[in-house]
Amino acid sequence: MTQDVPLNVAGRALKSRLIIGTGKYETYEQNARALEASGADMITVAVRRVNLSDPSKPRLVDFIDPEKYVFLPNTAGCFTGEDAVRTLRLAREAGGWKLVKLEVLSDPKHLYPDMAETLRATEMLIKEGFDVMVYCSDDPVYAKKLEEAGACAIMPLGAPIGSGLGIQNPVNIRLIIEAAKVPVDAGVGTASDAAIAMELGCDGVLMNTAIAEAKDPVLMASAMKHAVIAGRKAYLAGRMPKKKYADPSSPLAGLI
Amino acid sequence: MSRNESMTEIAVTVNGEVRSAPSGLTLVAVERNLEIAPRSAYDTITIEPDDRLEIVHFVGGG
Repeated sequence: MTQDVPLNVAGRALKSRLIIGTGKYETYEQNARALEASGADMITVAVRRVNLSDPSKPRLVDFIDPEKYVFLPNTAGCFTGEDAVRTLRLAREAGGWKLVKLEVLSDPKHLYPDMAETLRATEMLIKEGFDVMVYCSDDPVYAKKLEEAGACAIMPLGAPIGSGLGIQNPVNIRLIIEAAKVPVDAGVGTASDAAIAMELGCDGVLMNTAIAEAKDPVLMASAMKHAVIAGRKAYLAGRMPKKKYADPSSPLAGLI
Repeated sequence: MSRNESMTEIAVTVNGEVRSAPSGLTLVAVERNLEIAPRSAYDTITIEPDDRLEIVHFVGGG
């Protein structure tokens, strides 16, 4: 039987091919339970101002232990390369980590990445010694440019962030996979979307809203864990060829 | 670290204003006038008038 190897990002072997976000949960407590159910060992986090006027507010690190999980700081809300670099410098100072998720957005309506700015920011960050996982459009040409710039993971969107529409352009995702190391980022809605991404050959799937906004986030986290495992196994197993006509499963010989 | 253990308050001064903050505040970074103020240099940095300080930490996000 084909044996799998762990997903390796910037020299770090991950047990799970599912990476989950920590936004939009009702509470950090619910977030922590969903994380446990998902089996993920890497989570994305955002960098924001400390609330100085109300220090009694719950803090993420009180519920999710940075020693136990890999924190992947993001640049959500950044619209220029400079904003993104500034945010991640602070993240590196706060956590001491150089592995980061870059996203440079364009229009709040669709949250598509600004690819020219994303490529420029990737180059700036790599020059400063960061390991950069990059949220990008599903454009194979830009994906290749990001990989050539030294990005440690190319993360094309399956559909717009938070939309839950699933993999909209499997052809492009496959073309990107053929040329680069790829987890899919954004747009997953339910377990079958994650399985489809993995069956296409993605190295992993990153999602947030599909779990956080499910009726039962903890149960959906468990569903996603199994979907990613199932999709990965199906990819490694190699699916049967598609045929135009029926082909009976029982032998024709010996028919009474 | 459980949540209750982390809730003791300590007094710190930010931009001349004394504020209370949770003790054991971890994973925080400070930016002073758009440059990182490294933790190792806190003893030697003097806050000047009109300095712009940003103090950030990690919150939930995708």
